[in-house]
Amino acid sequence: MTTQALPSALAAIVDDFQALSEPERLQLLLEFSEGLPELPDRLKDHPELLEQVVECQSPLFLTVETDTNDDGAVRLFFKAPPEAPTTRGFAGVLHEGLDGLTAVEILSVPDDMPELLGLTRAITPLRMRGMTAMLGRIKRKVAASSNQG
Amino acid sequence: MPYPVDENEKFAAYAHPERLVSTEWLAAAVESGAVARGELVVVESDEDVLLYETGHIPGAVKIDWHTDLNDEVSRDYIDGAAFAELAASKGISRDSTVVIYGDKSNWWAAYALWVFTLFGHQDVRLLDGGRDKWVAEGRGLTRDRLAPTPGSYPVVERDDAPIRAFKDDVLAHLGTGPLIDVRSPEEYTGQRTHMPAYPEEGALRGGHIPTAASIPWARAAAEDGTFRSREELEAIYLGEAGLAEGDDVVAYCRIGERSSHTWFALKFLLGFENVRNYDGSWTEWGNAVRVPIIKGAERGSVPAAVGA
Repeated sequence: MTTQALPSALAAIVDDFQALSEPERLQLLLEFSEGLPELPDRLKDHPELLEQVVECQSPLFLTVETDTNDDGAVRLFFKAPPEAPTTRGFAGVLHEGLDGLTAVEILSVPDDMPELLGLTRAITPLRMRGMTAMLGRIKRKVAASSNQG
Repeated sequence: MPYPVDENEKFAAYAHPERLVSTEWLAAAVESGAVARGELVVVESDEDVLLYETGHIPGAVKIDWHTDLNDEVSRDYIDGAAFAELAASKGISRDSTVVIYGDKSNWWAAYALWVFTLFGHQDVRLLDGGRDKWVAEGRGLTRDRLAPTPGSYPVVERDDAPIRAFKDDVLAHLGTGPLIDVRSPEEYTGQRTHMPAYPEEGALRGGHIPTAASIPWARAAAEDGTFRSREELEAIYLGEAGLAEGDDVVAYCRIGERSSHTWFALKFLLGFENVRNYDGSWTEWGNAVRVPIIKGAERGSVPAAVGA
């Protein structure tokens, strides 16, 4: 696999992870979990607008919105409890790597991108499955909303 | 040297009160410097592999159930040499008092305690109520990670037989002793093969092992994550499940983690001498060829072909 095909923000994150030792990668994932933005108030008050990704070990909810102006930027929103830092960390990586891209750019991300982070051994394949599922759900939702438009 | 036990009224009613400590007791031990001096070793063991890093009880070390305790290749636990190395690196010696706590009502903490017991570690206790109770009471957490002074741990081979059941043991057990299925009711009936809101870990068949009583693991815990009183536990396991004193009991779940919690309650709180955890659990049984399975809410009976 190569990071060349990835959108630049996501490629930069993958490079950051790959440059680190395994324990340092966990630390970086923790930083991503802390950097995950809060939901805007309009979504905070309407949990029914978010969908749960049941493949994650801890409760994770997400939704996507597409800007109505011409640039077609897709906005990603995540909600996960602070006592689920691994799940939050995955969400943080996907938020920083994909938020604001177009539907085409997001859909071009390979489904196995999470494996590029080099966390599988430290996190275990079981836990990595949650992140793969999160990316899959984002892509399905983006595909569905861009078909409508 | 074993560290003094927590003498309190609730624990005194249990068969082995020395296996539990309260948050007050642990806070006092931390405060007194006993943890910092290594007189007892506090271990955090969580489902979430990063939770310890967000803050832990001062002086606690981390042991991850998956990356530290499971063999990386074979579906088995680490061997005696690897356990000795792990324990020593966490500041644990063979005679250390170890207190384990974790998230989700000590679900993974109980699993770690069970693995310590496979290696015959004598003095290993659970923090009643686990991490959540400690946090709910506003007790301090820290991100400081002090490198523990290495312990001295001999290579002790695992002794699986007394507390671990394999598939063939369970087949032989059918019709001779009780089984407790600690999964959710939906998993027990076969409506689903994984926990609600959890990843599908792959079982080809749904249902339960014939004759198993359904007692979801969390029923052993109160709302604050502490274990229920002896009286309440007896009503559940002796009353509802129908266990009798002296029974040889096998508990199982999906991969053996939730059933470690029930194993702890049966063995140390109710005093059953012979309790085994079937860690192959449903991810083995639900995929095995030609093992008997019961679907639906009834416990069912052992088919003649298995007993013959």
